Amino acid sequence: MAFFIKEALRSVQRNSVPSFAAMASILVTVLVLGIFIPITQATTGAANEVRDKVLVNVYLKTDAKNADRDRVSALLRRDTKYVGKVEFVSRQAAYREQKKDYPEYYSELLGSNPLPDTFRVTPDSPDNALKLRDALAPLTASGQRATVDPAIDTVKNRKDDTSNILFITRVVKYAMALLAALLVLASVLLISNTIRLSLFARRREVEVMKLVGATDWFIRWPFVIEGVLLGALGGVLAVLALTVGKVAFVDPLVSDFALLRAPETMQFGVLALLLLGASVGVSAMGSGLSLRRFLKV
Amino acid sequence: MAIVERHARARNRAAAPPDRAPSVVEFAGVSKTYESGDRGLELATFTIDRGEFVFLVGQTGSGKSTIMRLLIKEHEPTSGTISVAGKDLAKIEGKGVAHYRRNLGVVFQDFKLLPNRTVYDNVAYALQVTGHKRKEIRAKVPDILRLTGLSLKLHSYPDQLSGGEQQRVAVARAFVNHPPLLLADEPTGNLDPETSIGIMQLLYRINRTGTTVIVATHDNAMVDRMRRRVIEVHQGRIVRDEHGGGYSTEDENTSEFGLLMRGEPSPQPRRLSSPGDFFDDAFRG
Ligand SMILES: Nc1ncnc2c1ncn2[C@@H]1O[C@H](COP(=O)(O)OP(=O)(O)OP(=O)(O)O)[C@@H](O)[C@H]1O
Ligand SMILES: [Mg+2]
Repeated sequence: MAFFIKEALRSVQRNSVPSFAAMASILVTVLVLGIFIPITQATTGAANEVRDKVLVNVYLKTDAKNADRDRVSALLRRDTKYVGKVEFVSRQAAYREQKKDYPEYYSELLGSNPLPDTFRVTPDSPDNALKLRDALAPLTASGQRATVDPAIDTVKNRKDDTSNILFITRVVKYAMALLAALLVLASVLLISNTIRLSLFARRREVEVMKLVGATDWFIRWPFVIEGVLLGALGGVLAVLALTVGKVAFVDPLVSDFALLRAPETMQFGVLALLLLGASVGVSAMGSGLSLRRFLKV
Repeated sequence: MAIVERHARARNRAAAPPDRAPSVVEFAGVSKTYESGDRGLELATFTIDRGEFVFLVGQTGSGKSTIMRLLIKEHEPTSGTISVAGKDLAKIEGKGVAHYRRNLGVVFQDFKLLPNRTVYDNVAYALQVTGHKRKEIRAKVPDILRLTGLSLKLHSYPDQLSGGEQQRVAVARAFVNHPPLLLADEPTGNLDPETSIGIMQLLYRINRTGTTVIVATHDNAMVDRMRRRVIEVHQGRIVRDEHGGGYSTEDENTSEFGLLMRGEPSPQPRRLSSPGDFFDDAFRG
């Protein structure tokens, strides 16, 4: 083992240009991934948060009795599909809320409370919001909406642009996933190409090794160890750069931008470990696999 | 002389038991057609016994290197069987190929040294692949480098050496494991005549320790001088197999005439008491 490590070090020393190129490509790739992964997570996290705000409001008629209220509540909680969470907002509570938000309208212009009792229903999944609405207020043949219970006045999505939110957030999520996949693919291609180039320069060396009776693994080990060393070095440098960037630029801004605080972003330490592991693994495997072509002598 | 004897002993220890078939190399109806359709070798049949020194001669493209490549197992024959030390090469596969090559010494026209290793490390590598202990390597490498006259160049890199010196390193690497069979494909092809003699002497000395040596060469002066067994290949066929033969069957005047025609100076005739003595003299000196 000591022999293989020494061989790997010798090789790095004597092939410093290709080794440096391989290390630099790993460094750049890890840097880009290290910046991009948290951005992806924050964006999809933000999109998910928006989606979670998708609600279906069930407004009762203003003259609904307590019995009606209980019946609708039971209907929602037990007999309707797609229901996640049900929250009851009494007309008094709704009035207080609105009055706080728009004091000028509510204190002076209105003497009595015009607001109905409301059930705020969260669908089991944001994508089911529209189905839930259809279940509670199916479209009739005439194109009007009927309600499933006579005490229900109307069923509305909290914002009428629910379908817009759903569409846009879905596009954002898919675009991010696609970008991430492309980036990973580009990194793998970049690294494997660099490794192949540096091995190509040494195929004669491999040929000679085979001629004197070296087994494939005897030849391969130093290359794999070299890959591990270069990958680790590139990874460590990139993680250091990321740490500096995080401490110097991102952390001071966290208080100002909610996106940076996104709860779904993984811990920086976990991210750093993941990137290090990936860079070591990819470059070790890259050197080991690329060598296969040259070992066929 | 002590070094030579020690190598002879080491080699004998490595050699097969005496009741084994004495032929080291056996070609039986071997043909090789390359993927490109080029005919490399056609129905070659010959045997080479232990301890022989054999020259492979023939024009460019006649198939000398093809024979070497088949013996190294760099290529497989299209038909026929090749046995080395009684073992069918076709039956050696995978890891066995590496182990088989450890029993061969190989020397090429272009030396094939590892450019980023010193002379010492180049020779040591052949021992490292066979899993020798570092202590053994430290003992053996300087020994073999002394034999090949490279004691002063231990820490030089190949690009700091002359062609002759590089070829000596290659010979040292080929011989350090005391292989029963040593193959040299135009070992003097890139060297001047004086240096060539030195390399050929080295190969001859190795042969004297009991190692079978096969040399492919265009060096007619050398072949004529040494009068060893000569196998001539012509367009992939063995056309001559002669013990104590010369480079060609033409008489010497014709070849000198040929040199003159090409505008080269006629070689200075050298008086030798008998062919081959030149080398023995050189070793005694
Ligand atoms: N790798 C190869 N692929 C295809 N054809 C080849 C290959 N190697 C050799 N040949 C062909 O096989 C024939 C024999 O070639 P070989 O190298 O054995 O000749 P040689 O006697 O060693 O010649 P030289 O004295 O020039 O080295 C030639 O016609 C050559 O073109
Ligand atoms: Mg040749």
